[in-house]
Amino acid sequence: MRRALKMVVDPVSCAGEGLCAELFPERITLDPWGYPIVSDEPLTPQLMEHARRAVDMCPHLAIHVMDAPVRVPTPTRRGGDGPGPEPTRAEARIVAQLRGGGPRR
Amino acid sequence: MTTTMHREVTSGAPHPAALPRLLRGLRPEGGAVGLGEHLERWGALDLRWVRHHLQPELEDSGLRGHGGAAFPVAAKWRSVAAAGRRPTVILNGAEGEPASAKDALLLARTPHLVLDGAAAAAAALGAGRGVAYVPRHLSDALLAAVGARQRHGLDPVPVEVLEAPPGFISGQESAAVNGVQGRPAVPSFIEIRPIRERGVDGRPTLVHNAETLAHVALVARYGARWFRALGTERNPGTTLLTVSGRPGGPVVQEAAFGTPLREVLGLGPDATRSYQGALLGGYGGTWVTIDTLLGLDLSEDSARSSSATLGAGIVVLLGHDACPLAEVARVVRYMEGESAGQCGPCVHGLAALDEVLQGLAFARQSRANVEAIGELCALVEGRGACRHPDGVARFVTSACAVFASEVAAHLRSGPCRRVGAPSELPFRGRVLRRQGGVAARPR
Repeated sequence: MRRALKMVVDPVSCAGEGLCAELFPERITLDPWGYPIVSDEPLTPQLMEHARRAVDMCPHLAIHVMDAPVRVPTPTRRGGDGPGPEPTRAEARIVAQLRGGGPRR
Repeated sequence: MTTTMHREVTSGAPHPAALPRLLRGLRPEGGAVGLGEHLERWGALDLRWVRHHLQPELEDSGLRGHGGAAFPVAAKWRSVAAAGRRPTVILNGAEGEPASAKDALLLARTPHLVLDGAAAAAAALGAGRGVAYVPRHLSDALLAAVGARQRHGLDPVPVEVLEAPPGFISGQESAAVNGVQGRPAVPSFIEIRPIRERGVDGRPTLVHNAETLAHVALVARYGARWFRALGTERNPGTTLLTVSGRPGGPVVQEAAFGTPLREVLGLGPDATRSYQGALLGGYGGTWVTIDTLLGLDLSEDSARSSSATLGAGIVVLLGHDACPLAEVARVVRYMEGESAGQCGPCVHGLAALDEVLQGLAFARQSRANVEAIGELCALVEGRGACRHPDGVARFVTSACAVFASEVAAHLRSGPCRRVGAPSELPFRGRVLRRQGGVAARPR
């Protein structure tokens, strides 16, 4: 299964403040009760800046970016259920930043 | 994966094709099997063999968990073992599902078989701690059973008996881990840190329900080849089923995987005359038509091919005297009340579903509201820390499909005459009465 960077909301911590949807409408919308619905689509390097802001600004620290399997089956170089391609160098750098290990801007 | 050394079947082993296995020798109305009788019937576990050979043997057995997810047991053990530190083993007896009674039956009637499974897991994985997490009504007897085992040195680590609070979700894996740590027994968001690697006190933790451990105890005695003599290639062995709705009340029975369900349930081709539908997998499960039911085999694979699930082995047959929509509305209200209340989409989504279904069953509901059911179900799916909202969504959507003509009839002419009938679906310890046309809040 292919892996990619995805946004995940911790629904226990989330209190439905809604900031994330304002900061990152490309991937986050709100449900009728004000709680975020996060798109399952992988994050692209172009979107990472917005993603990081949404992660940083959540008052409850409920948003995470994870290296997660992509649910929709996509063709991989290996095919089958292999671990899928490694993240690109740009993606890896962004993950490091998000984990607080790298320089921020 | 294959291993070179198979468990040699001892001369005292029951015939591999004989049924029942787990329920062997249990009298229909008898009490618990004591330690003496247990050892006489099954012999003692060879813990030295277990330490060195049980893991590969389990791998070969193909045993899957019996808690609902049908996850391969050996894979779970592998990740617990790979986490490095000494793990904790939890016997999870908190069977919150009101339509399931099999774990309680095993713990009450053959506790040493279940405890043997926990002992085998603890020995094979080198556990530092063993915990039996069971509801109050079982804890005293289990404590006595654990005490008897200690006097005979049967457990590699002493087993603590901890009380599981009542409630639908207290047996969910992360909720059990929280309960064992003395926290409220509600699920955690564990997408980031699986229980298997970091559970109780941050240690790798193996959580199995009573039935899974009882099967482990048999594999530990008689091996994979014996175990596979019943069942199918992908679903080997036997399973317990809690069946309710038939005359005579609920029963727990054991059957080999792959057996036609009509045979297991004793249903003839005219079963549609007695029943209007069946619920598989309990209150987080799916409704199926009787025709679908009659075409299924007893296996999770077969159920999933009809978009259903057996869950923890639950079948409820619904007779024609009940209003299916009233039954569904009562269950949704119960499940709404059983939400841990931690996740916004579950809290708000189940409340909204409850309102629509109460109206549909007991009052008059508008077509637009009923059409919103599908949307509400889609909105709650996958949005909780646990699968509680997903289960309700599955339960409701399948009910609307199976009882579509009832939905249409209620929309056309309001509540049917059967809505006043007493609830056929079980609610443990709760009586849901109707007051002035709406079911009373179960709180």
